[in-house]
Amino acid sequence: MLLSLLHIAIIAPFLFALVIPFFYKKIPSIHTGWFVLILPTVIFIYLLTFIPTISRGETVTQLLPWVPSLGINFDIHLDGLALLFSLLISGIGVLVILYSIYYLDKNKESLHNFYFYLMMFMGAMLGVVLSGNLMVLYVFWELTSLSSALLIGYWYDREKSRYGSLKSMLVTVSGGFSMLAGFSLLYVITGTFTITEIIAQVDTVAASGLFIPTMILVLLGAFTKSAQFPFHIWLPDAMEAPTPVSAYLHSATMVKAGIYLVARLSPVFSGSSEWFWIVSGFGLFTLLWGSFNAVRQTDLKSILAYSTISQLGMIMSMLGLGSAAAFYGYEAGYTAATVAAVFHLINHSTFKGSLFMVAGIVDHETGTRDIRKLGGLMTFMPITFTISIIGAFSMAGIYPFNGFLSKEMFLESMVEATHITSLNMASLGFIFPLVAWIASVFTFIYSMILVFKTFTGNYQPEKLDKKPHEAPIGMLIPPIILVGLVVIFGFFPNILAHSIIEPAVQSIYPYGLTGVEHFDVHISPWHGFTPALFMTVSIVAVGVLMYLTLTKWQKIYTFLRLHQKDPVNYIYDGIVKRVVPVAKRVTKVPETGLLRDYLAYMYIFLIVAVVFTLYHFGGFAIETANVAEIPIYVWVIVAVIAAAALLIPFLKNRVTAIIATSFVGFLVALLFVMFRAPDLALTQLLVETVTTALFLLCFYHLPELRNEKSKPTFKWTNVIISIGVGVLVTTMALSSLALKSKKGFESIANYFLENAHDFAGGDNVVNVILVDFRGMDTMFEILVLGIAALGIVALIKLKLNGKEDINEK
Amino acid sequence: MKNNVSLHTMTRIAVFIILSFAIYLLLAGHNNPGGGFIGALMTASAVVLLYISFDLKTIKNVLEFYFPYFIGTGLIIAIGTGISSMIFGYPFLTQFFTHAHLPILGDVELTTALVFDIGVYIVVVGVTLLIITTIAEDDV
Repeated sequence: MLLSLLHIAIIAPFLFALVIPFFYKKIPSIHTGWFVLILPTVIFIYLLTFIPTISRGETVTQLLPWVPSLGINFDIHLDGLALLFSLLISGIGVLVILYSIYYLDKNKESLHNFYFYLMMFMGAMLGVVLSGNLMVLYVFWELTSLSSALLIGYWYDREKSRYGSLKSMLVTVSGGFSMLAGFSLLYVITGTFTITEIIAQVDTVAASGLFIPTMILVLLGAFTKSAQFPFHIWLPDAMEAPTPVSAYLHSATMVKAGIYLVARLSPVFSGSSEWFWIVSGFGLFTLLWGSFNAVRQTDLKSILAYSTISQLGMIMSMLGLGSAAAFYGYEAGYTAATVAAVFHLINHSTFKGSLFMVAGIVDHETGTRDIRKLGGLMTFMPITFTISIIGAFSMAGIYPFNGFLSKEMFLESMVEATHITSLNMASLGFIFPLVAWIASVFTFIYSMILVFKTFTGNYQPEKLDKKPHEAPIGMLIPPIILVGLVVIFGFFPNILAHSIIEPAVQSIYPYGLTGVEHFDVHISPWHGFTPALFMTVSIVAVGVLMYLTLTKWQKIYTFLRLHQKDPVNYIYDGIVKRVVPVAKRVTKVPETGLLRDYLAYMYIFLIVAVVFTLYHFGGFAIETANVAEIPIYVWVIVAVIAAAALLIPFLKNRVTAIIATSFVGFLVALLFVMFRAPDLALTQLLVETVTTALFLLCFYHLPELRNEKSKPTFKWTNVIISIGVGVLVTTMALSSLALKSKKGFESIANYFLENAHDFAGGDNVVNVILVDFRGMDTMFEILVLGIAALGIVALIKLKLNGKEDINEK
Repeated sequence: MKNNVSLHTMTRIAVFIILSFAIYLLLAGHNNPGGGFIGALMTASAVVLLYISFDLKTIKNVLEFYFPYFIGTGLIIAIGTGISSMIFGYPFLTQFFTHAHLPILGDVELTTALVFDIGVYIVVVGVTLLIITTIAEDDV
């Protein structure tokens, strides 16, 4: 079976990443971004061709066995949800790369690193959303965490970048680990990693005693990735990344992976009240916390970071609320929240992407992102100002932009939530619209701060490093396209409704439909005088009032001790501060830096592991009967080998020791000759020759072999270990022979002997095993050899003294 | 080092014999004793012989190879044979063989395993010589 084009779409960015350094080195006159731009464009166009198929409610599945014995297959499952995300990833990817060409200077920045990580991210993210197998999804998931951390640390000479990079890594990867545990539990319950098969066994999962732990473990992965409270703390620090990265990974795509996971696994878990309350509860609190904290920020990107946290919480809460549909049937009243979640997800990517790009332009053209220094830029940057007005108004939920529509749908579904009678909603349901209203007011305020503190007010040239002017056209095109979409989706939301939103909702509710019917999504700006409309009006009114009186009530943040850093950060910093020294101490105990200690560990482990296994399974056996007669010359050679080996530890001269060791080796080769093993003998002879030459070379550089005055106990442990290994290997050899006759274990040798000629077309069985039957082993062996050789070169040539750590600029 | 005429003369002849034998081992490996690993060690020992009888600088001028490239090239060849079988829909590293009639050589067995083995050969030659020359060049 061949690789499908969809598989290639995932793999291509990784392969392309490998050639990026060549473009950077060999064609320095052209910005590397132009070459990189091609691939996402092609992928985006290719994915667009799937829209007709997917909007008919069909799915595309491409199977590729990977490790079928463990149920791990590189299967691709392209349905509405996957298509929506993959279009976002490739589409925003194109715009972000175009933007980055003008944002990053080709002469000053290490573009090869940047685009390498970016392509790695893109491939990984496409892998996450297109995989139909949880294990493959997990692998790509961790790759997105890795590439995200690398991109945050892109300017690695800055202390803050390294801090942010490490933080994002620690938070998202630990979440990823717990998600892996959750996936493993799902495998324990259902016996499969294939998502569609797990969804088919939803009843088995729900009945399992492991249901709650599984759900929590999986949600931990989703919440850390999608920056839900209290794991949101990594996102503001991730803003140290170059702005194109913030726009791409940390607002439009990667942080939505958690949303994706929740949506993808909704069919599995959504039948429980725990899922409903955890997902919507964390979502609502994150929504509130994010918007409330965004208002106190003074850095443009920090405002956007907290805004992203809040918006992610909002989408999460809608997904939680939408899960109620699994109880009450799939009527519009319950599915509205999920439709709104999907719609807002698209809208958020458009307006937030454009706002991040605006923040980048402001930073690029003025040299600062601090709103206390900015102001009055409207006259210098009229186009940027227009873009940010549209983006921010959409975020605030003002007509006629797309944010208004999804915000309205959000409020409507929150009001609708109060009508749910079970799940404790009768008593607690009022929380939903209340939190939504408060958070929306703060969303309105920070949206206004974002635009008006930057572009209106007093121009303060003395606080700026550069004289501001409009950005180059290349930097303006991507945000213009995004705000263009904001406006288009605002006026014509239904171009998305049938093509993308319907199939995506259908993926979230696979049981919602019978037969040919499909979700009919129709979005309209006017619903009459509904509670949602009154809420919007009151949000705008209160928001304007509070924005104008901002200075009067802003002290509340100081009063609540929120003005310095997010309180959750104290916990994170406290943990890191305490754990790192302990980890260092623990690591130093076994890692002495002495090669002989490491050898001792390995041999001790070998002895313990093998002796235990042999003992546990009754593997010790010696058979003396039926043994061929040992000729006298073999006895002689063995005796000489033993004598030479015993001599080595007592030799005082290094050259003599080397010669004695080689002597043993050559005699072993002789034994191989006697037992008619020409391949082994040849190899042994050559290895001995080359290593002897190598030893003699090293010998020049080694100090005189001193008579070390080490403690006798130390030497005794060495004696015990070496005798132990010798005895063990001998016993194993004898046992394997005895077990063959006693327990009837068939030797695998016959298989190779019989099949080498027919299957592999070779008569030298040893070689056939090496290159064909066990070719994979050989491949990894040469890989290890290569790495070892490069390691030796690094050790010898670089001669680091341990003080080369990066210094602050 | 002293100019040792007889050693030099012997080496000049021996190296070519050893190298030819190494190539024979590499190509014959599928049906007779030999193979990429052994052939590579044989090649490396021939070059080591050169280093020992002449000196490092002289030989470096004659054999201007950059050994890290060997490692990369060999690995790409070895992994490439594995991936090429995947392109045709077989599992990674599936090997194929066929018999062909070539002029002069007659009936010859062509195997993808040989290509893989050549990859192994190049890596091992690169690794061995890289380690030896690196250590030898290092003057503390």
